[in-house]
Amino acid sequence: MKADPISLLTSLGHAVTSRLDRLGLAARFAFAVFRVLGVVFLRFGLIIRELYFSGVRSLSIVIVSGLFVGMVLAVQGYEVLQRYGSTEALGVIVALSLVRELGPVVSALLFAGRASSAVTAEIGLMRATDQLAAMDMMAVDPLARVIAPRFLAAIFSLPLLAALFSAAGVCGAWIIGVKLIGIDDGAFWSQMQASVDVRIDIVNGVLKSIVFGVAVGLISVFEGFFAVPTAEGVSTATTRTVVTSSLAVLLLDLVLTVMMFRGLN
Amino acid sequence: MSERQEIIRIENVRFAYGERPILDDLSLTIRRGEIVAIMGASGGGKTTLLGLIGGRLTPSTGRVFIEDQNVPALSKSALYALRRRIGMLFQFGALFTDLSVFENVAFPYREQTDLSEDMIRTLVLMKLEAVGLRGAAQLMPSELSGGMARRVALARAVTLDPSIMLYDEPFTGLDPISVGIIGRLIKRLNAALGMTSIIVTHDLNETLRLADRVVVLSAGKVYCDLAPDDIRVSTDPFIRQFADGLPDGPVPFHYPARDYVGDLLAS
Repeated sequence: MKADPISLLTSLGHAVTSRLDRLGLAARFAFAVFRVLGVVFLRFGLIIRELYFSGVRSLSIVIVSGLFVGMVLAVQGYEVLQRYGSTEALGVIVALSLVRELGPVVSALLFAGRASSAVTAEIGLMRATDQLAAMDMMAVDPLARVIAPRFLAAIFSLPLLAALFSAAGVCGAWIIGVKLIGIDDGAFWSQMQASVDVRIDIVNGVLKSIVFGVAVGLISVFEGFFAVPTAEGVSTATTRTVVTSSLAVLLLDLVLTVMMFRGLN
Repeated sequence: MSERQEIIRIENVRFAYGERPILDDLSLTIRRGEIVAIMGASGGGKTTLLGLIGGRLTPSTGRVFIEDQNVPALSKSALYALRRRIGMLFQFGALFTDLSVFENVAFPYREQTDLSEDMIRTLVLMKLEAVGLRGAAQLMPSELSGGMARRVALARAVTLDPSIMLYDEPFTGLDPISVGIIGRLIKRLNAALGMTSIIVTHDLNETLRLADRVVVLSAGKVYCDLAPDDIRVSTDPFIRQFADGLPDGPVPFHYPARDYVGDLLAS
């Protein structure tokens, strides 16, 4: 088929409006979810189950990944630092990279792949098998009973997972740097202690992972709730959750990093 | 007031999915205590009708009254209050797959009442006994056969003793024994709990045995509204095609297409 300018223009217009449409749907959905959050807090038992499935079940992958990332950072960091004769700063480099960036970002990416995809698939299948409709007909709001607890679980578990990721990373760096390469143990820890600031580094890192938790959690429940109720639809929705979440995390990280650390000395 | 007062009144309802009209100026009245079967070709708006009655769908025009409340105009909280008195059995049961049979039936009690755990246990076991599955209380939905799952879903749908029951194709995909069991349960529950039942179904035999009235939909309207005996003896070609399962008739076998020879020879 020839691509004449008019049909190109219409398909471009259609692409734009359909994306805006979906964005509007997502915004309305988010608003509806936020409205029922209060109700969910009164029934914390619902969140506990989701914390277990999303958070606790992600522990192993997050801690193992953190350990390896920390080890790699130590090897690469030592390589560069020894050129300047300041290898004892290894602890600082590793800790700041982890707490500020890699902890929140990588754990959010892992969370999107490990937990959010499962949440999307679960909600999508509940929809496909009429479970959400049945709940709605029993006068139980699926947003409050199914969606909000999974959303909150993401917000609660991501900061904790990010913290564990960073802690595991520091341990990994310590194993490589101190135990294998032989950097001074005291220097490794004391320099880290002196240079990592609670407010600038740790609080900002935690804030980042809370924002990522909101984004990743919302994307996973949204894609599941509006999944086309077929096998293909659920699989597409799951893929979309991972792709959209990953991009959202990286984009948000850039924005947050500029806001938090620009002009900081 | 007549002795059988009306409980559901559907007035001049139109409904369309996008450009495709499903219901076209449909009106229907259902009286308290009746078992009404809704029949018609697939895609003919039967399930849509249940969606309108349950307030899950909103008609583009027209009104749906349940006991003087206009369902499409209700607020969410008023709609939820109304739905506590409506039970619905979904086509494949729609059991919660992460909960056991017991917890599925207990779900409405836990969500809607403040009953004690002892009381809930007693009530759930009574409901399960009524559908003959008390012994299956601890099984998970994945361990049930299709017929058993449908019976558990039925027990769950009537937990709060609804005054209206909506059945969406309750017999689909079941073996003849299960069809008979579900059919008898529907009839017994309707009488025992004083309910009004609306059944969307394709199973003509079971329907004729069960229903007080059979409403046949065609082209988005009520084509006819007859007692089961009248369906059996009807000479209307559409009803005969339906009752006898004839492949061609007023409902054509072929999906609309252009001329066959012309289509084959087109290059």
